[in-house]
Amino acid sequence: MLVPKGTYVRIRTHILKPGERSEHVPEDTQSVPLKCWIKGWLLEEAELYEPADIETATGRRVRGTVKEVRPPYRHHFGDYVDELMLSRKTILQEMWGEDDE
Amino acid sequence: MRTMSKQTSYSIADLTRRKNQIIKASVGLDYDTYEHEGIGFDYENMMASTGYSFEDVQKIQQDSKVGSTPLIELHNITAYARKFSARGYGARIFLKDEAVNLSGSFKARRAAMSIHKAKQLGYEGVIAATSGNYGAAVAALAAKHGLKCIVVQECFDSNNLAQPEILEKARACEAFGAEVIQLSVGPELFYTFLDLLDKTGYFNASLYSPYGVMGIETLGYEIADTLKKETGKYPEVVLATNAGGGNLTGTARGLQKAGALDTKVYGASVNLEGLHMASDSDFNRKSFTTGHTGFGIPFAVNPDRSDVPRSAARPLRYMDGYYTVNQGSVFFITEALSVLEGLERGPAGNTSLAAAFRLARTMREDEIIVVQETEYTGAGKHHQPQLSFAKRNGIDILHGIPEQEIPGKNIVLPKSAAHISIKEVDLDRVRRSYLKRFKDTELTDADLGYLAEELNLSHERLERLLEEVRT
Repeated sequence: MLVPKGTYVRIRTHILKPGERSEHVPEDTQSVPLKCWIKGWLLEEAELYEPADIETATGRRVRGTVKEVRPPYRHHFGDYVDELMLSRKTILQEMWGEDDE
Repeated sequence: MRTMSKQTSYSIADLTRRKNQIIKASVGLDYDTYEHEGIGFDYENMMASTGYSFEDVQKIQQDSKVGSTPLIELHNITAYARKFSARGYGARIFLKDEAVNLSGSFKARRAAMSIHKAKQLGYEGVIAATSGNYGAAVAALAAKHGLKCIVVQECFDSNNLAQPEILEKARACEAFGAEVIQLSVGPELFYTFLDLLDKTGYFNASLYSPYGVMGIETLGYEIADTLKKETGKYPEVVLATNAGGGNLTGTARGLQKAGALDTKVYGASVNLEGLHMASDSDFNRKSFTTGHTGFGIPFAVNPDRSDVPRSAARPLRYMDGYYTVNQGSVFFITEALSVLEGLERGPAGNTSLAAAFRLARTMREDEIIVVQETEYTGAGKHHQPQLSFAKRNGIDILHGIPEQEIPGKNIVLPKSAAHISIKEVDLDRVRRSYLKRFKDTELTDADLGYLAEELNLSHERLERLLEEVRT
């Protein structure tokens, strides 16, 4: 997919390869790369999943693989959580409810 | 315009070699001038060297719509705690509603000072390494004062799964126009941060600089001042959620400045024992990204492990006690704060509220306990998305007694508020860990004087602890 110049994208780079990780990190972390994600505007048209240059919000120019076009926010208020509703009932009952005795 | 770099990779060895020079250029302070001969440094001189008086700090914060937050008496939470207290017991619980600060947390107090200094020294922009509220605070204050801002976050695990709370902080930073750099798990974030400081020439808005800590002194001062006016006395206890130690340090210093010398200052952290903070696989098995023991204990043991040579956050100097609570109790009290007080806040900032609820039961009903912060809540960082994220990651959500909680395996919501419990951290154990690195060092009288101040101990008790460490 060709993405036009000026499109807001998220790029990803690998800062450190598995062998280059700090010796102080646990093994599970040693065995994976240190990755980095930055958002910005494409300086030239680019292919999705191919390297490209972007300009960031502070005006820096950085290069990385285009991973996402117009990246949205996906976090939310979560699924309904039964256990939390039970806590709410407990709180309201203990505070305002009739004593069992 | 500055030279732009297209490189995001760097050499750790090269950055380590140039670390002191990069930090010095980015903080506007020469830390060498505060060093003593031997192991110590002149803490008070460093704090005074910022050029800001306490009144300056108040003025700068007022101008930035920061500080002077409401101190709210939690009548219903207090009444709730009294249901489980002996007759005559159940202290009055007050809450400092720091969520109403610009950007939604007390971190704006810290950011206001860093931004003011950066602007005064003529920096073009600021950088902060934080996955928490501090990023939003720096971004908001930078926006207000026309500085560029970069926030570096530890955000994703190797499966590209992010903590929802951190995604929300990224969104907030971006809302204020900042550039957010998101990394996968690992303490090498520090080198990315150094590399950015080096390449941009921006100011290091460190949480641990004197600016970052003096900004909180107003918080402690306001608590003492407001309570004295409203109740005629200073609080018996102030509880601070503790991570890097700056919150507790600044609050305690502010209380002292106001004259509340008898007020006890306690720290509270969420217990995450057993989870490794640099582990890729543990990263998304925790439900708190700050205010937990994974920061609280190491930063107390070694405050200078931060991003400046000498941290201004030195919690052991000021801590009268330190308690841990489980994750489930913090979620429970966060829910109680919503449905009993109409205050939707937290959850991380409510760590000390959970501890206060339990402590209040041991204090007389005419005594006062102050929880010194709240934080805004929202998508991702509200307790419901935190719990649903935990469930999706295979963490069991149970109802029971908090002692059953195993961080990374389950979250235990107390089946009654009566079960909210606290565990006291043995401060002497923390102090011994602090002292371990000096066990083979020949200590001079000046060194011993420094350590006594650092650990808030008499010389006799210091000698005793040193003896225990050496044998």
